[in-house]
Amino acid sequence: MLQYLLRRLLGMIPILFIVTIIVFLFVHLIPGDAARLVAGPDANKETIELVRKDLGLDKPIHEQYFTFIGNLLKGDLGTSLKTHKPVFDELAGRFIPTFWLTFWSMLWACIVGILIGIVSAVKRNKWQDYTGMLIAVVGISIPSFWLGLLLMQLFSVKLGWLPTGGLEDWRGYILPSITLGTGVAAIIARFSRSSLMDVLKEDYIRTGRAKGFAENSLVKRHAIKNAMIPVITMTGLQFGFLLGGSVVTETVFSFPGLGRLLIDAIATRDYPIIQAEILLFSVEFILINLVVDLMYGFLNPQIRYS
Amino acid sequence: MQKTKELEIMEEVLPQSYEKTVGKSPAKEFWKKFKKQKLALIAGVFIIFLIVISIIGPFIAPFDFAKADYKQTLQGPSWDHWAGTDAFGRDIFSRIIVGTKISLLVGFISVFAGAVIGTILGLISGFYGKWIDSIIMRFCDVLFAFPGILLEIGIIAILGPGLENVVVAVAIFTIPMFARIVRSNTLMLKSSLYVEATKSLGAKNFRIIWRHIFPGAISSIIVYFTMRLGTSILTAASLSFLGLGAQPPSPEWGAMLSAGRDYLGSAPHITIFPGMAIMLTVLAFNLFGDGLRDALDPKIKD
Repeated sequence: MLQYLLRRLLGMIPILFIVTIIVFLFVHLIPGDAARLVAGPDANKETIELVRKDLGLDKPIHEQYFTFIGNLLKGDLGTSLKTHKPVFDELAGRFIPTFWLTFWSMLWACIVGILIGIVSAVKRNKWQDYTGMLIAVVGISIPSFWLGLLLMQLFSVKLGWLPTGGLEDWRGYILPSITLGTGVAAIIARFSRSSLMDVLKEDYIRTGRAKGFAENSLVKRHAIKNAMIPVITMTGLQFGFLLGGSVVTETVFSFPGLGRLLIDAIATRDYPIIQAEILLFSVEFILINLVVDLMYGFLNPQIRYS
Repeated sequence: MQKTKELEIMEEVLPQSYEKTVGKSPAKEFWKKFKKQKLALIAGVFIIFLIVISIIGPFIAPFDFAKADYKQTLQGPSWDHWAGTDAFGRDIFSRIIVGTKISLLVGFISVFAGAVIGTILGLISGFYGKWIDSIIMRFCDVLFAFPGILLEIGIIAILGPGLENVVVAVAIFTIPMFARIVRSNTLMLKSSLYVEATKSLGAKNFRIIWRHIFPGAISSIIVYFTMRLGTSILTAASLSFLGLGAQPPSPEWGAMLSAGRDYLGSAPHITIFPGMAIMLTVLAFNLFGDGLRDALDPKIKD
């Protein structure tokens, strides 16, 4: 297990390295002169040169990269062009709301998705299956921003039960979590169904049936456990979907999280914020995938030793 | 001369069950399986309907989609305006009809571009292996390291907002997915007996890839292409909703929806109808893709 852990950790390093390079190059990829953009449209030549020096853009590119990495390791992500506060402070206050939003979305999506998947697989080609899968395909196809606005229209504007946006207390999490989790719940439902159906075709299940085990206990005690292993990996990948989706959902509900900050930063061309956000989201995603891989290896010894 | 030799050997290596399907064209086989899927059939008809609408849309729309009428602002659905009017008094139904073309084109062009590049990379990666495979797959890993829609948002942050840039962003996002699928298909086909037979007959690499491996991967490509279309249309609409894609006054569905947000209390129909158009379109492509998968390539899972 330790060896597997080490191998996985080492395998992560090149990806992290390339991601930092891409994020670093981000400022250089923007068409036009970054220093001019930062200095603003009215800046004169001297100011632009001053800004260029300030940002370290006058140094050779590899030197700039090492400075960038050095600062990164110290937790220095630069300064916001809009508020002139450190980017780290700007992100810190936004991280927790987005974390809880993705957490609650993933939690309900897993529970509901797996339940629908199991029921559909067990009741294959019966009405329960058709209903479950119809709900799932609609869940995948529904635009999250539309679903969010419909929920807001019903529960906030018409009924007045929940806030239309913002985050004053826990009620501010309810509608955004439902909105964000729907697509993931649908994907998990479809995947759990096909995974459980595959397991139910296995020899050992047939043997169990032949020996006269009740179908119910066969599914509960023997099939589900094995069927859920691939679902875990799948769920890990869906975290990417959630992290990305949080941008849309947070915009719909004016939710004070990282996603909303990103869209605001793009609108105001606050490049240090954009850069830090993309880095943060990617590193988070890579780490989640690592955890999922480790869990997978833990649950399935075959993977560990291959 | 070489062709007949190829055929002879192929017939020898192919399993006996091949005999049974001889005479039935693959198209007929496919149709037999596909027509059993009622939902996918309905979805297919709906997609054809959408394509027709996107072509003749501007001619059948009851109103001029761009013409403001300040006497008729924010009106709910009525006989005159089936889906009501927006804040400028423009007919929403006409705008949705005209906007069909935008969504379909953006989805199709971006997925097509991504699929072509991804397929070529996948074929090369799977066929040649070694260092070139490592490079292409690491490149895919890096693209996959940016979660979900964030890669597209990052690309647009660099290129600037606009529908063309949305197409570029979605295409880049699509490349690694096709590369991986085609690569795994190629790996499987490369070691199959008929490819080895062709190789031993002295066929050039390019010929083997183009004539023998690519056709084997094509059913996976078609299935995946259809499924990606729905997702890409949804992504493009999301980006427009965020203000990163089509800009007002374009009748793009996501942009229309975004413009209706301020009138959620007084005129919810401005958001309801464009959203419904997006959902039905994406749903049709997803159902159609599911049906294609079951009929063509049951190996691909969700």
